Amino acid sequence: MNALIACIPLFPFLGALLLVPGARHYSPGLVKLLGCGSIALSAICTLMVGWSFLQQPALVVNVQLWNWIRSGALQAGFSLHVDALSITFAFIITFVGALIHIYATEYMQGDEDYARFFACMNLFVGAMLLLVLADNLLLLYLGWEGVGLCSYLLIGFWYKDPANGAAARKAFIVTRIGDTAMAVALFMLFYHLQTLNIAGILQLAAAQWSTGHTTVVLIALLLLGGAVGKSAQLPLQTWLPDAMAGPTPVSALIHAATMVTAGVYLIARLHLLFELSPQVMLLVASIGVITLLLAGCSALVQRDIKKVLAYSTISQIGYMFLALGVGAWHAAIFHFFTHAFFKALLFLGAGAVILAMHHEQDMFKMGGLRKQVPGVYRCFVAGAAALAALPYITSGFYSKDAILWLAWQGPQANTLLWIGGLLGAFLTALYTFRMVFLTFWGPQQHHIHHYPGISIRLPLSILTVLAIVAGFIELPHNLGHVTLFSGFLQNVLPATGVHASSSLEWIAQLLSAVCCLAGIGVAYLLYVKASPALERFTQTGLAQYFTRLWQKGWAFDELYDLLIVRPFMALSRLLRKDAPDKLYTLLGGITIKAHHILAGTQKGLLRWYVLSVLIGAVLILTAILLHLKPTTT
Amino acid sequence: MKETSLQAGLILAGILFCLGLLSLLIRRNFIFMLLSVEIMLNAAGLAFVLAGARWGQPDGQVMFLFILAMAAAEVSVGLALILQLYHQLKSTDSDAATRLKDEP
Repeated sequence: MNALIACIPLFPFLGALLLVPGARHYSPGLVKLLGCGSIALSAICTLMVGWSFLQQPALVVNVQLWNWIRSGALQAGFSLHVDALSITFAFIITFVGALIHIYATEYMQGDEDYARFFACMNLFVGAMLLLVLADNLLLLYLGWEGVGLCSYLLIGFWYKDPANGAAARKAFIVTRIGDTAMAVALFMLFYHLQTLNIAGILQLAAAQWSTGHTTVVLIALLLLGGAVGKSAQLPLQTWLPDAMAGPTPVSALIHAATMVTAGVYLIARLHLLFELSPQVMLLVASIGVITLLLAGCSALVQRDIKKVLAYSTISQIGYMFLALGVGAWHAAIFHFFTHAFFKALLFLGAGAVILAMHHEQDMFKMGGLRKQVPGVYRCFVAGAAALAALPYITSGFYSKDAILWLAWQGPQANTLLWIGGLLGAFLTALYTFRMVFLTFWGPQQHHIHHYPGISIRLPLSILTVLAIVAGFIELPHNLGHVTLFSGFLQNVLPATGVHASSSLEWIAQLLSAVCCLAGIGVAYLLYVKASPALERFTQTGLAQYFTRLWQKGWAFDELYDLLIVRPFMALSRLLRKDAPDKLYTLLGGITIKAHHILAGTQKGLLRWYVLSVLIGAVLILTAILLHLKPTTT
Repeated sequence: MKETSLQAGLILAGILFCLGLLSLLIRRNFIFMLLSVEIMLNAAGLAFVLAGARWGQPDGQVMFLFILAMAAAEVSVGLALILQLYHQLKSTDSDAATRLKDEP
C-alpha cells in the first residue's frame, strides 16, 4: 500500500527525468511510450489505492519517504498524506491526465519538440500530485510552485512567437502575486502554531483561535490570495484567457481540469481555518459569484473557441468558490470532479476541431462541422450539455444544482449569491450553445484538414461517457438521494446540513432547469434562427459597447496596465538614473579624464624626459633654498 | 686652500654642469648625449674634489673614484644600448626612438 502510494507521484517524475536528456534523440514511438506510460502507470496505482479507499473511506495513510528540512520546530519531510479528498484529486489528475496524454500523442504529432512537450507534461502531473498528496504545507508549496513553473513552460511552448512568451510571463507573474500572499500565510501559520503539518495545523487552529480572531482571519485572507491567483479568480483572473496560447492539450489538462482547481483544493484542505473566519467565507462566496458573472459575460462575446472555454473555466471555478464560501464543501469538490471531465472533453473536442480546421480558432470562420466530423460533434455536444447543466441527464446539472441549492438553503445561505448563481447558469447555457451553434451548425465554410484518429477518438469517447454519468453518484434528496460521493468525503470534509422541504428542492431544480433551457433557447434564436428582434438589439450602441468591453474581459488588463504596470515602469525608468549612481559615474569620469591628461605627458621623447627631470629638480632645489634657514659654519 | 679659489672652482663646476645639461637638451644624437652626460658627471666629480680639499678630508676623492667607476659602467651599458638602437632604427636620432609612447 505505502509503496503504491509512493509510486503515484514517482512515475511522472521518472518519466520527465527520462525524457529530458534524450529530447532530441528519442524516436517518437519511445517518447509516446515514456510519456503516456508513466502517467498510465501512475493512474493504475491511483486506482488500486482508490479501491481500498472505496472500501474504507475513513482510511488515512501517511507515508514518510525521507526528510527534507529538519531545523528546530520546522520539520518538513517528503511525506505523503492520503485521505479521501486527496485520492479524489489524485484520481482526476492521473486519470484525466492519462487520457489527455494519449490525445496529445496525436495532437502534437510532427512537432519538432515532441519530447520536450511530454517531459513538461509529465513534470506537471508529478508536481500536481505532490501538491495534493503533500502532508505538510511546505511540500504543498513546492508542488504549487512546480505546477506554476510547468504552466509557464507549456504556455510558452511555442516560444518562437513572442506573444506566447508574453502570455507565459504574464501567467507566471500574476500567479506569483497570489503565491507571495500564500507564502506570508505559511510564515504566519508557522510563527503562531510552530508546525506546517496540515493535520497538526487543523488540530491546533481550533484550540488556539476563537471564531473571528484577527490572526486567523488574516491568515485565511492571505491563503485566499494564493487561491485566487492559482484559480484565476477576481482580481487575479487576467492570466487565464492569455494562457490559451499554449497547445490545446495543455489548456485541457492544466488550465481547465487540474491546476486551476489547486485553489479549491487549498481552501477545502484547510477548511477549518476558513470556518474560523466567517467574514473570509463570505468573501470567498462573493468573489466566486462576481467572477462567475463577469467571466460568463466575457465568454458570451469571444470569437476564439478556446477563449470561450477559458472564460467558462474561470466562471465554473467561480461556482466552486461559491460552494466553498457557503460551506458546501462536498458540492465544491463534486463540481470539481464533474467539471474536470466535461471541461477536459470540451477542450479536447475543441482541439479536434482546431486540428480539423488547420489551426483556425475563430468560431465565425467555422460552421457546418456537424456533418463533417459527426463523432467529434456528438462528444462536444455531450460536454456542452454538461457544462450548460442540461437538467436531469448530465453530470454538470447535479453538481451545479447542489451548489445552487446549498447557496439558497444551506446554513450560510445568501439569497443574493443564489440569484447570482442562477443568472450565471443562464449565461453558461447561452455562451455554451452559442459556441456549439457557431462551430457545428450553419453553412460549411472550410474543408476538413485532418480527420481525428483513434488516439483522439478514444479519450473523447471515455470522457463523453464520464461527463454524462459521473453525476449519478450523487443525487439530491428528491431524486433518490444517492450520496456515494459525499459519503466518500465525509470523514475529511464536514457535511452540510439542510433543513428544507423537498418541495423547495423541486422549485430550486426547476428554476435552474428553466435558466439552462432559456439560455439554450436564446442561443438558438440568436445564432440559428437569427431572430430579427434580437438582431436589432445586438446592433444598438449599448450592446455594441458592452460587446467591446466584454471581449477585452471587462478591460481588466487596461485597468491593471494603468494602475500598476505603467507607474511601475515609470518608477523603474526614474530609478535607473538615480543620484548615488551619478556620484560614482562622476568619480569614474574624473579618473578617466585624469588618466588621459597624464598619459599625454608620456611622449616617448628622451629629451622631453630630461627636461621634466630638470624642471622637477629646479623646483625641489628652489623649495629647499626658500625654506633653508641661514646657518653659520 | 683659499676661499677665492674654492669659489672659482665651484663656479667652473657649475658652468661645466650647465653646459653638459644644455647640450643634453639640444643635441639629438645619442653619442653626443652620452658625451654630455659624461661632462655633467665630471662637473659633479670636480665639485666633490674641491669640497674634499676645502675640509682636508679624503672623502671627496673617494667619491670621485666612485663616479669614475660608475661613468665607465654607464658608458659601456649606454654604448651597447646605442648600438642596439642603431640596429633597430638605422639612426642615432633620439627623437626616432618613441615606440614606448602610450598610444591614446
